[in-house]
Amino acid sequence: MEATEHKAPNYIAVWAALAVLTVVEVAVVYLHLPRRLMVISLVFLALWKAMLVALYFMHLRFEPKRLLYVVLAPLPLAVILVVGVMHGFRGP
Amino acid sequence: MTAHAATHGMTGGEHAQGAVGVHTQKLGMWVFLVSEVMFFTALIGSYIILRWGTNAEWPEPRTVLAIPITAANTFILICSSVSMVKAYAAAVRDDQPGLKKWLLLTVLGGATFVSVQAFEYHHLVEKGFLPSSGLFGASFYTMTGFHGFHVTCGVLSMIWVTIRAFRGKYAGGRFHGIETIGLYWHFVDLVWIILFTIVYLI
Repeated sequence: MEATEHKAPNYIAVWAALAVLTVVEVAVVYLHLPRRLMVISLVFLALWKAMLVALYFMHLRFEPKRLLYVVLAPLPLAVILVVGVMHGFRGP
Repeated sequence: MTAHAATHGMTGGEHAQGAVGVHTQKLGMWVFLVSEVMFFTALIGSYIILRWGTNAEWPEPRTVLAIPITAANTFILICSSVSMVKAYAAAVRDDQPGLKKWLLLTVLGGATFVSVQAFEYHHLVEKGFLPSSGLFGASFYTMTGFHGFHVTCGVLSMIWVTIRAFRGKYAGGRFHGIETIGLYWHFVDLVWIILFTIVYLI
């Protein structure tokens, strides 16, 4: 039992962080910040929350590196897909 | 025994090691999730291109959608992710009552999320905001609809897993099934975090 306890992350702390970040996100929307600053903060907050979920809830932090490479593999492809379609959409 | 299982659970398990040194069941779920990343990239990418890559008229989402209710719903989904990891932790230490309790709470959280979304759709349709209401209407219902479909599949699978848990199928360190469904569940939560920001807030 002790052996499992020290390995398990503090899920309640991650939950509290996610809750606080969600409140901050909604606050950012109603703060009437300059548009560009609002968008950058929101994207940053969303990526931060997504990272917390992937690293702690999906245990990626504790997985072997090789699994991490499998998981990260589609991300460059995702960027290529969006940039490629955006380029094609606007035309040459 | 449970400590042994837990130690090995992190690195692969005592049986069925995959090529990358993780349990094959878990690797299979990850490969599926990788394909899901591309699926949602297509949807989110289309939204980005349609909204910022064209001159199409686009309403401020917060003037059409109810941010506070959806923020609360986001929080419910995050809570159900926490109950899911709690269920996993309970399965790892072979705490059967804990496993059942946390699985039931996860089902409840997921079902609540879908119900609130159905209520939101109903409200929006009554207000006259339809899938045919321009590019925003079309992309809003496509993205949140596909996500809602994923949550619904997750809730149905979770009900199945909960029934199996009540039958003692995950006792004695057999926690890989819980870990696998958990990965799917957290992924759906993760996608919602991105969708909530892009579709509702920005």
